[in-house]
This record gives sequence, structure tokens and C-alpha cells, in this order.
Amino acid sequence: MIQLTTNPIDTEAVIDAVRSPAAGAVVLFVGTVREITDGRRTESLDYECYGEMAELQLAQLEDEARGQWDLVECLMVHRTGHLPVGEISVAIAASAAHRAAAFDAASWLIDRIKQVVPIWKKENYADGTHEWAHPGE
Amino acid sequence: MKVRVRLFAAVREAAGCESVEIDVPKAATVGEVRRRLAERLPAAAELIRRAMFAVGTEYATDATEIPPNADVACIPPVSGG
Repeated sequence: MIQLTTNPIDTEAVIDAVRSPAAGAVVLFVGTVREITDGRRTESLDYECYGEMAELQLAQLEDEARGQWDLVECLMVHRTGHLPVGEISVAIAASAAHRAAAFDAASWLIDRIKQVVPIWKKENYADGTHEWAHPGE
Repeated sequence: MKVRVRLFAAVREAAGCESVEIDVPKAATVGEVRRRLAERLPAAAELIRRAMFAVGTEYATDATEIPPNADVACIPPVSGG
């Protein structure tokens, strides 16, 4: 399951979405807006996405994860728009019969999201400047 | 033929608009679109060189031919999460 949203992410709801009698483990990863990056103070982030393609890429990642690990359920939620420091930008929940699959799948999914899903963040710094993050510069 | 290229993040900001129309020969490749887009937007040329491109909603390579009326997107290095 995947979701792009401009609303705050409710982590209880994310966990509930993957809980199941078939699962003995639920792993939840939550990404939050960090204040200090490379010594610079961030006030907020603006996330932009190519919505149709991001949804498709997320769905493909879920398919790949389910092919690699025996998951019961899987949910990835990414928030877009304006997020102040401390807000949750992404949540990934995976459930499985045993914990190793859930840990490994959640870890792999967040790594892959950062590599292939067309979502970008703009750092709004406390000094009034801003900068799009395009890794590899 | 004319190809509309969607722009995002720093490339969109450098262009000042969400998409541009680029003139390319028929059956042009993604590589040709990349080259012409970089010429059109010199302020974002470095980023366009490093960008991925999508035809429709799938990633393409520089060798991918652009079908008529295709939706092309310039995807600069992503930073979600």
C-alpha cells in the first residue's frame, strides 16, 4: 500500500494498517525533518513530487520488496508540501511472520525511496536562503 | 516534433515554469531532448546533465526514442525521504 499526502502522518494509523494475525512483527520507520544539516540551521522543508510517477515507483518498490521478503503487509506514506522542523516526512511500516523480514524490508524500502522516487526537498534555512537538495552535487 | 518536458525542483525554479516545449526531430531520443533542454536552460545545464528522464511515468535512458505526444519529464537527482 502506498500513499502521498499533504496532511500530517498518523503513525498509529500506519501501524494499524499493517497489523495482522498472520504477523508476529511490525517494523515502523519514521523520517523527520532535521534542524541541522552540514552545520546549517533548517527552519522547514518544502517537498515537491511528480505525483503520478511517484505513486507508480512506490508501488513498484512494494512489489519488489514483496518479491524479496515474505511480508504480510507493507505501507509507505510520504508527505509533501511545507514541513517545519520535527514533522514526519515519511513513514514505512512492514509486517511479517518474523521480525527479520520486516526489519530488512523497511530498511531496503527507505533506501530505495531516496534513490528512485521522484520527490524532492527544498531546505529553507534560518538565514532566509533556500536550496533544493539534489544529491551528488 | 514538439515535446513538452515537465520540470521539477531546482530545474523548474531555474526555468521559472513547470514545463517547456522543445523542438526535436521526429523519433528523437531522450539524449537529444536532454541536450536541447540544457541549451534552453543554461542556468540549470549542470543539473540537466545529471538528471534522469522519464517517458510517461517510467525512467528512460538517453537511447530511448520519444514517441509522438509522449509526456517527458526531467527528473533531477531525487531527495525524498
